[in-house]
Amino acid sequence: MQKDYIYIILADDDEDDILFFTDAFDELKINTKVNSFKDGEELMNYLNKDNALMPNVLFLDLNMPKKTGIECLAEIKASQKMSDIAIAIYSTSASDDDIEKTFVLGANIYIKKPSDFKKLKKVLSEVVAINWQYHTNALNKDNFLLRL
Amino acid sequence: MKLFLKFDFNTLSKKVLESKLDEQNLEYKILGFGEIELIKKLTPEDYDALQSSLHDYGIEIVESQKSILVQKIKDMIINMVFNENIDLKVKSSVYLSKNIGHSYGYLSNLFSEMTYSSIGNFIIIQKIEYVKHLILNTELNLTEIAFKLNYSSVAHLSTQFKNATGITPSAFQRIIFKRRKLAKQKTK
Repeated sequence: MQKDYIYIILADDDEDDILFFTDAFDELKINTKVNSFKDGEELMNYLNKDNALMPNVLFLDLNMPKKTGIECLAEIKASQKMSDIAIAIYSTSASDDDIEKTFVLGANIYIKKPSDFKKLKKVLSEVVAINWQYHTNALNKDNFLLRL
Repeated sequence: MKLFLKFDFNTLSKKVLESKLDEQNLEYKILGFGEIELIKKLTPEDYDALQSSLHDYGIEIVESQKSILVQKIKDMIINMVFNENIDLKVKSSVYLSKNIGHSYGYLSNLFSEMTYSSIGNFIIIQKIEYVKHLILNTELNLTEIAFKLNYSSVAHLSTQFKNATGITPSAFQRIIFKRRKLAKQKTK
């Protein structure tokens, strides 16, 4: 199996956020491929397809039509073929309790959406770098928790 | 009947390489100029198997001094962090350079060049990994864990943990325990 890029998927119903996000990745020096879906149903339809390539990191907005981020999270955690995906909740804001709830339900990363483009690039490159460390050093993915 | 062949050795060797690496289910990136990057470290068994399967095709693995050294640094750091018998009061730079036999400056530059990360960062990652393990799998409290890993105080440990993960050690413990509870409920 050969891949020379990191495969990122974003599920978010806000078009501007998607643009912001893909632009930020374009500017990073890391080799990435970014795919996006505008609601939870589209996302799960893709992931459930037989030959679909699983992303290394999935960024999930919480508030999406048709299927919410939490519903997607539950389905992904229940799936064997999706078990290697690092899941990052990418949301506008949430209380500490809500954040903790997403971790308990199986998210690895929680990111509060930065409003500043520079900050977004910094956050995204940190996520990818740490995920890479986990991957190359065989660290325990079950204990991988990160809040940015 | 005679056939005349032309060989494109670049394509030939790449295809052979890909097929041998795929056979062993390895994740890799072919960098060109006879260099492959393996995403995960090879077990000695996998290394031997790969070496012998490539040997059949006349391909020999050249031991890269640099990657051997980097692996040594990583192994030594992991040993230093996870081994209870090593006195962590010795500075890691001194420990590494003394045991590997190169100046710390050299080791540090080499590590950064080869891993896109620093020795310092790697040490912190390993320490936090160990802290997580101790929190989840032993009855030690944070003070005892801080002492065991030679942090100057619990506050120092909590700060480093929070800097690395964004959450406190106690939040981490709470989350993982809730996850386990949830998993148990599901299997009932």
